[in-house]
Amino acid sequence: MNAIEVHNLVKRFGTKTVVDHVTMSVAEGEIVGFLGPNGSGKTTTIRIMCGLLTPDEGDGQVLGYDLLTDSLKIKREVGYMTQKFSFYEDLTIGENLEFVARLYQLQPVEEHVARTLEELGLTTRRDQLAGTLSGGWKQRLALAACIMHKPKLLLLDEPTAGVDPKARREFWDEIHRLARDGLTVLVSTHYMDEAERCHRISYISYGKLLATGTVDEVIANAGLSTFVVSGPRLNEVAAALEGKPGVEQVAPFGTTLHVVGSDRKLLEASLKEIKARKDTKVEPGETSLEDVFIQFMAGSKDNMA
Amino acid sequence: MNAVFSFARLGALLMKEFIQMRRDRITFAMMLGVPLMQLVLFGFAINSDPKSLPAALVATSNDQYTRAMVSALQMTDYYRFDYVAQSAEEAEELMAKGAVSFVVTIPSDFARRVERRDSPQILIEADATDPSAASGAVSTLSTVASQALLREQGMQAEAAETAKTQLQVVVHKRYNPEGISQYNIVPGLLGVILQMTMVMMTSMALTRETERGTMENLLAMPASPAEIMLGKVLPFLVVGAVQVAVVLVAAKLLFAIPFIGSLSLLLSAVLVFVLSLVLLGYTISTMARTQMQAMQLTFFFFLPSLLLSGFMFPYRGMPDWAQVLGEIFPLTHFLRIVRAVMLKGADFQAIAGEVSALVLFVFLFAGLALFRFRRTLD
Repeated sequence: MNAIEVHNLVKRFGTKTVVDHVTMSVAEGEIVGFLGPNGSGKTTTIRIMCGLLTPDEGDGQVLGYDLLTDSLKIKREVGYMTQKFSFYEDLTIGENLEFVARLYQLQPVEEHVARTLEELGLTTRRDQLAGTLSGGWKQRLALAACIMHKPKLLLLDEPTAGVDPKARREFWDEIHRLARDGLTVLVSTHYMDEAERCHRISYISYGKLLATGTVDEVIANAGLSTFVVSGPRLNEVAAALEGKPGVEQVAPFGTTLHVVGSDRKLLEASLKEIKARKDTKVEPGETSLEDVFIQFMAGSKDNMA
Repeated sequence: MNAVFSFARLGALLMKEFIQMRRDRITFAMMLGVPLMQLVLFGFAINSDPKSLPAALVATSNDQYTRAMVSALQMTDYYRFDYVAQSAEEAEELMAKGAVSFVVTIPSDFARRVERRDSPQILIEADATDPSAASGAVSTLSTVASQALLREQGMQAEAAETAKTQLQVVVHKRYNPEGISQYNIVPGLLGVILQMTMVMMTSMALTRETERGTMENLLAMPASPAEIMLGKVLPFLVVGAVQVAVVLVAAKLLFAIPFIGSLSLLLSAVLVFVLSLVLLGYTISTMARTQMQAMQLTFFFFLPSLLLSGFMFPYRGMPDWAQVLGEIFPLTHFLRIVRAVMLKGADFQAIAGEVSALVLFVFLFAGLALFRFRRTLD
């Protein structure tokens, strides 16, 4: 049984279609990255999956419960971490955890709270107001509160936005540890390195699911060719290449230039002249996930207007 | 595990609300301080039966009847003769300027007519721009005037001083014989203060969660609408109880309001009233999107209930349609209950109708709030 199995979800706000026939499945124990530009419908899709929004069309099951009729049961077995910190800032860390433990009817409350604090390493700061925590700690507290009731599915909405690299690394280590114990995770993110730590990724843009699969699959399916240009005066080279046939992306990466296009022959033809310069080197390179995403973003039409 | 309602979950919500209430010191202090402040301020300030109103006298002769009449009017305490005008025009001007509320004119042939028993007349002009202010003064007038005359005629031989001391004014007002408006105002203030704080505080209940972004989390957790509603309104029931205690004790100590009826009967009625108020506030919070909107909706409700409930103006003085409108405010019914129980010593039978109206409001608002509650973020 798949933890998430949804078909043709549609959500409209007014005349705007925010989620446009999204079909998705996530296997048990899988970590799936949910990617897409701002306003692409990631949050809305996640909210539908945890019963916070009702879809206008489509159906599906989450943890075997019907999305449309069993939202209370879904709520009890899903952990949802919101994009914005949404625990009570005027309650202490301990009080927030107690509140969550009681709402999920975890017994005994004190034991659950104490264990969670221990795992978080926040035992000594139990009486500190949650609002006074730094961004990284808030995010850790939120995660701890979400998994306290041992959910089977974790929905994380941009959990690491504005968190430093070390805290992010620790966060992801924790996610993998949880997944090993059988937890299913769907996590939305903007970070490529985070996407690469997922078992599978799904790319959504303007409400439409454009690609899904492992990172390698998504890159391979995109069918992009990449060349790495190195040499002096790269900004002149970049300017020369911009707008040439077959050249779809020109992006500087440190001392090199990544030139990306979907038509390899056209791209090679356009690069010939650069290649002829004796101090400039052009070599075939690996297409990165980011290149693929930039390509997706350029290709999909904006429906936000 | 009960899917629809669980006391454990309600307990969790209640505990959270109490902690938040305690942390928000300013609001907490306001909830306890405001009732006392308002009670003292309004209790002493509002007077619907004002005394010692400035008056002007126009009297051309200075005979004994005129003097008797003037002193009789002064004895009522309603009239304070600040001016003795030389002419009607001058008095007219004083009235137009607002310097006096009354002009008392005693015609020059007054004494002659009294002696001839030729229906003597005096003219009292009242500034009726504030009718309630003048009503008491005017209503005492005819009795005062006729009695003053009778006595003066019967005691011509005696000294004027004795006439003064024997002059009596009998005004019969039931339940509040001295006409002390605080007896009317202070019990009413209990209702008004409760309404103000209870409705306003609970009207923020859900909008605050929405504005702080915690609503999304709360909805994602397994709490049912009924649990959330009770978790939000019950803490305010406790706050309301404290306010009631404060106002009742102050009513006794500061204003010496007589308390004739049963205290437990009054407290039970107050409980139902407060419950209807917090549920009304909660209903508002299910409609408002922001705390500002909640505030505006509260005031939209607040002013008409204040004006039409009989707190500020006599209920019976309103036209029929306004009286019907007044019935839809819980305050209207509560005012009748609190005045009946405190001042008239009414028993349950006497106020059963009003109490059942309040119970009806409780169920109506609770139903409406549950119906309006958005389980989702749609």
